Amino acid sequence: MDIRTKVIEILAEQAVLEPSDVREEMTLEELGIDSMGLVESIFAIEEAFDISVPFNANDPQESDFDITSVARIADGVERLVADQKA
Amino acid sequence: MRRVVITGAGTINALGLSVPATLEAMREGRCGIGPLEMRDVDRLAVKIGGQVKGFDPEAVFNRQQIALYDRYTQFTLMAAEEAIRQSGLEFDGELAAKSGVVLGTSGGGLTTQDENYRAVYEEGKNRVHPFVVPKLMNNAACSHVSMQYNIKGPSFTVASACSSSNHAMGQAFWFVRSGMAPVMVTGGSESMLCFGGIKAWEGLRVMSKDGCRPFSATRNGMVQGEGAGIFVFEDYEHAKARGAEILAEVAGFAMSSDAADIVMPSKQGAARAISGALSDAGIAKDKIGYINAHGTGTAANDKTECAAVADVFGTHADDLMISSTKSMHGHCIGATGAVELLACIMALKDGVIAPTIGYEEPDPECALDCVPNEAREARIEAALSNAFAFGGLNAVLALRKV
Repeated sequence: MDIRTKVIEILAEQAVLEPSDVREEMTLEELGIDSMGLVESIFAIEEAFDISVPFNANDPQESDFDITSVARIADGVERLVADQKA
Repeated sequence: MRRVVITGAGTINALGLSVPATLEAMREGRCGIGPLEMRDVDRLAVKIGGQVKGFDPEAVFNRQQIALYDRYTQFTLMAAEEAIRQSGLEFDGELAAKSGVVLGTSGGGLTTQDENYRAVYEEGKNRVHPFVVPKLMNNAACSHVSMQYNIKGPSFTVASACSSSNHAMGQAFWFVRSGMAPVMVTGGSESMLCFGGIKAWEGLRVMSKDGCRPFSATRNGMVQGEGAGIFVFEDYEHAKARGAEILAEVAGFAMSSDAADIVMPSKQGAARAISGALSDAGIAKDKIGYINAHGTGTAANDKTECAAVADVFGTHADDLMISSTKSMHGHCIGATGAVELLACIMALKDGVIAPTIGYEEPDPECALDCVPNEAREARIEAALSNAFAFGGLNAVLALRKV
């Protein structure tokens, strides 16, 4: 399974949706994922890819990890996975 | 109803191993937060905390005692010794039978749990020390104070996360105010600053990796501390009759539950506890000169707390001082309200307001006088101490100068 598909699967599970209902341009708000759901999703992503996501719940906008849409989250995860392999 | 006064105070925390040392550090705006010293610290993402340093339990307790005293119990007994010694009380006869111990802790013997989980899970041992249970239980500290000082009345432990010691002190206040007990030993203790305790907090993503900066626009989370604060609450007439030194009066107490969210604070819940404490104490809003804030340094708490204070106090919110001493000793979790009560006593008795250190930049959502970075001299008549726990359980104490 590629990285983007897996990220979408994780977010879909958190949002209690089918992965096919999650589109890349969607925001977390549109998915109905609140701040606690986000913290859980990031934990699931870290576990799935064995990476460490730079994210502080105090100020999600200021974190180095962009969470403005599903696509941005998937981009960020791809970058972190690539950095880890480098 | 009886008047309730404080006739003894004791503490151990990152700022000092006694009340005078702690108050001196608060006056000087000293920071007790620093690099953590513990096993496996390289496996932690958060490597700072308000750790108690320079305390050697083996210099104070014997081998049998250490076998029974978790670190949180050790903290409790250190602070209780200071408080009870200051009060000058000895418990025997009817005083012993009627007086009690009500303490707060969130996690109890967490160091003991951590060490023994390691032994059985990590090291694969199949046997643990026989006293693991009596050492880790949440009421161990309370029971040891009761045993050590022969205090035989109503005694128990309260656990409500970060409000634990305020809830405990509220119960103690009621016991004395109602006439059920002439004296109550109260406060709280916590030693969650162990590997497992920090790991759990890391998971929530609300911890700062570089410092605790309550109310500052640059704040980025809480920093854990540890320690204990113990007080002797006494019937005013009982204290006066024996000529005891009175540190302050506990004038009122109120609690509320947000009934909303397990981690996000609520302005309404906090405001109800604050105004409840004022009316319970019969103190007019404009008489409150100082509030010791819950002030965790998280984005959510500080703006919610400021909004609650502004709602309750109206225009007087701009005249009162509100500081968070967590910036210096860290968040002592179940002990935090007890350690912070010392700042209220200092404000009332010595006329010194403890600062919020680490303050860098104003946040328009926290536009109150948080006594940034330097302590201030001020004569005040009454103070509040706020505690707002995860789970939405709020507890606020009101104190008055005697």
